[in-house]
Amino acid sequence: MNIPMPDFMPALPEMFLLGMTCVILLLDLFLTERSRVVTYLLAQSTLLGALLLTIMLYDNSRTLTFSDTFVLDPMGSVLKGAIYIATFFVFLYSKGYLRARNMFKGEFYILGLFGVLGMNVLVSAHSLITVYLGLELLSLSMYAMVALQRDSVVASEAAMKYFVLGAMASAMLLYGMSMLYGMTGSLDLTHINQVTAAVGSGQQVVLAFALVFIIVGVAFKLGAVPFHMWLPDVYHGAPTAVTLYLSTAPKLAAFAMMMRLLVDGLGGLHAEWQGILVLLAVASLALGNLVAIAQSNIKRMLAYSAISHIGFLLLGVLSGTAAGYAASMFYAITYVVMTLGGFGMVVLMSRAGFEADRIEDFKGLNERSPWFAFMMLILMFSMTGVPPLLGFWAKLAVIEALLGAGGLTWLAVVAVIFSVVGAFYYLRVVKTMYFDKADAGAAAIESTLELRVMLSANGLAVLALGIYPGTLMALCATALSH
Amino acid sequence: MFSDLPLLSLVIWLPILGGILVLAAGSRNALEARVLSLLIAVVTFGISLPLLFNFNTTTAAMQFTELHPWISTWSINYHLGVDGISMPLILLTTFTTVLVIIAGWDVVKSKTAQYMASFLIMEGLMNGVFASVDAALFYVFWEAMLIPMFLIIGVWGGPRRIYATIKFFLYTFFGSVFMLVALIWLYLQSGSFSILDFQTMKIGMEPQIYLFLAFLIAFAVKVPMWPVHTWLPDAHVEAPTGGSVVLAAIMLKMGTYGFLRFSLPITPDASHQLSWLIILLSLIAVVYIGFVAIVQQDMKKLIAYSSISHMGFVTLGLFLAWAIMTNTGSTQGVALGIEGAMVQMISHGFVSGAMFLSVGVLYDRMHSRLIKDYGGVAHAMPLFTGFMVLFAMANAGLPGTSGFVGEFMVILAAFKGNFWYAFLAGTTLILGASYTLWMVKRVFYGEVANPQVAALKDINAREFVILGLLALMVLGLGLWPAPLLDIMRPTVNHLVQHIAVSKL
Repeated sequence: MNIPMPDFMPALPEMFLLGMTCVILLLDLFLTERSRVVTYLLAQSTLLGALLLTIMLYDNSRTLTFSDTFVLDPMGSVLKGAIYIATFFVFLYSKGYLRARNMFKGEFYILGLFGVLGMNVLVSAHSLITVYLGLELLSLSMYAMVALQRDSVVASEAAMKYFVLGAMASAMLLYGMSMLYGMTGSLDLTHINQVTAAVGSGQQVVLAFALVFIIVGVAFKLGAVPFHMWLPDVYHGAPTAVTLYLSTAPKLAAFAMMMRLLVDGLGGLHAEWQGILVLLAVASLALGNLVAIAQSNIKRMLAYSAISHIGFLLLGVLSGTAAGYAASMFYAITYVVMTLGGFGMVVLMSRAGFEADRIEDFKGLNERSPWFAFMMLILMFSMTGVPPLLGFWAKLAVIEALLGAGGLTWLAVVAVIFSVVGAFYYLRVVKTMYFDKADAGAAAIESTLELRVMLSANGLAVLALGIYPGTLMALCATALSH
Repeated sequence: MFSDLPLLSLVIWLPILGGILVLAAGSRNALEARVLSLLIAVVTFGISLPLLFNFNTTTAAMQFTELHPWISTWSINYHLGVDGISMPLILLTTFTTVLVIIAGWDVVKSKTAQYMASFLIMEGLMNGVFASVDAALFYVFWEAMLIPMFLIIGVWGGPRRIYATIKFFLYTFFGSVFMLVALIWLYLQSGSFSILDFQTMKIGMEPQIYLFLAFLIAFAVKVPMWPVHTWLPDAHVEAPTGGSVVLAAIMLKMGTYGFLRFSLPITPDASHQLSWLIILLSLIAVVYIGFVAIVQQDMKKLIAYSSISHMGFVTLGLFLAWAIMTNTGSTQGVALGIEGAMVQMISHGFVSGAMFLSVGVLYDRMHSRLIKDYGGVAHAMPLFTGFMVLFAMANAGLPGTSGFVGEFMVILAAFKGNFWYAFLAGTTLILGASYTLWMVKRVFYGEVANPQVAALKDINAREFVILGLLALMVLGLGLWPAPLLDIMRPTVNHLVQHIAVSKL
């Protein structure tokens, strides 16, 4: 039998990632504790290498390979680039944190890289199988990462919760996929789209079930209300370094999963899923913003704020226009940049034996370290959506998409009202840093120089991209104009 | 020699970058921060002067324009320009900032560099609001302003500063987001973010009403109009003196500026239909808030309420247009109301700034703003009393001071519209005189209330300079308002012609 050779080129970054991760995995076994930094450096160079390969492969066309199960397109490439960069920052921020807690082990990086590989596969998926493969590779890596601090009761509890709920969500998704396969007889997303768009009303019930199950799966991974229960507990319970990882790049992958399944695969049913997403989005905006007000732990607060940001992200997708998808992608990238900074600040403030995860740990930061208080100020106002910071343009893009879609103006009004509600808890952090006096004995910040430099770069990027958002927005717009 | 310089960009970015410089250079040495800030503020004021001297008073078009593409995806441009409405406000901003920097000279002792830098950055952002011709750019400056003001009230404010500043932020943020939705809607209809394009495009009646209401929420909060004024007394009372001055003298003007720049020209038909609402709210502000001011125990609160009442005059003048047109059948007299409103805006900038600075002078010495803690200050501080009486007269609208010109013009215009409007507006002459002069009487005259008052030192040279400059402006504008009116006239006439034509 003659099996045709598939075109390997489009998957070059993924193959590079896989190869390098395996090399690091083996190499790490022979490294002593003192030379663990080699693992770290190799992991970082793997990410940079993959970034380079992805940039080299970038062009404005769509290439399918591996029997049409894998796609290389501009949206995927931009998202992958963002994933590598985000993970690079995560590894960099967490180095000192892990060292101080005796967690500076190869596992963190290897699981992290496998997670990146899973995200890449998910981003490039063009068949239900690839979606599921990517998702599971990512999820299993993340479950293990949450449980990395196995002696911590909170972390183990978070990992257990995450695993059980995550497995259920995967099962739901798989169930939906199987119904979709049963109906269309295909796993290929383009083919599914053709069939479902043309399907007669007699089969609508199965289709409706399939759609609902798939949306449940996606909503769980995104953390949209009412499938958000795991999110605050996991963000809170996991070591901050892991929270940093969970809360950033995987959101980009989840966005890509939503785009692949709902837009590429079920684009013909836009009218049906729009209604469901409206409910999810409004519920996420409302619950996320309202419950965040009651939090005293900054990790939980940021978790609820993440839920509300997901609400905004859904708004762009549900508008169903290219501008809306671009707006959501812009929002997702913006969210990742801001969240990196937000949790990065928590890492910065922490030191051995002290997690700095309560909002009151930020008391009087302006007196202790005016520069980092200012960075946190930028991040908080950006999350609020105050110009000229990046978060404002993301909100503007989504609102523009909603108004442009027609008939959704009320949603835009709901969204802006909830962003005013959200302003309150972000302001409270600024208030704590600037208006409250530091407790006597509050220690100065001890952290590595690289963390300080890169976190500053992160904060300034939010400001700089806010003053000049044109390039990033144009990148998202072109990535989705195909 | 100045015509080829990007003057508007300079008055925006020089203070902002200067503020960053002050933060970087002056963190260690407070004196360095003060000197540097004063230098930057004075240079910025100097740069803004050519805007006045080279202003062409024969055209209503935007002048000193700058246009560069900014965000091509949404066709947002960095588009600046000024006309007869915005140019005087930019000068008011650069002038007030110099005074505020001097006023905070040795009063602000903690985090001096951050204090000075906040005001400089505020100045740049406020100039940006007045100079923007692009709606997105306008909104960026409009909102960005909240950040330094939030910090100014929260860090250097009084005992209830945190409550006041969060209330201030949330109120204004809430108002503005509706304007954002309105601006994006206009962009999607017109394909451009240029305010000039918004002004000329046709809009149906129903969208106009929605747009008008969205703008109304944003601007009414900022002015502030009754009943969304409650943030102002809190913010004013708790803010440090400089913060109160900037709030009263400039930030309140942004609301009325917004009416002039957005509501009236973009939605003239909705403005026509809903002008009764604005007139009603304005008259409530003038009369009811006037009464509220009388009973205040706290001087800053009294001035804050008097600000709301005076701003009611501005909004009244702006929206009298259709009453006058229906009553007299012509557009003559409409301009009088709008010009009066604009003169009142500038005048209130000087007068309220002066009043807050004067209270600041007392507060720095006595650390109390309560009227009952004072009495007979005139015995200890004769020079200061002279200034205060002048500003109080201006606040009450005495002829010869700037406060008279605007109020008189608006009342005159109100007569052309409806006798009762004029009658109710006219009560301000009594109410304004009662609350201001009664306060002056209780604080400055009578027996010396207590030994602390007797021991008060009269104003020093620094305070004399600030109050003297403001006194000059108050009298100058009161005795000879013609130059200001000349600057405004072409723009106002153009606006009147524009709003007289339906956009349906």
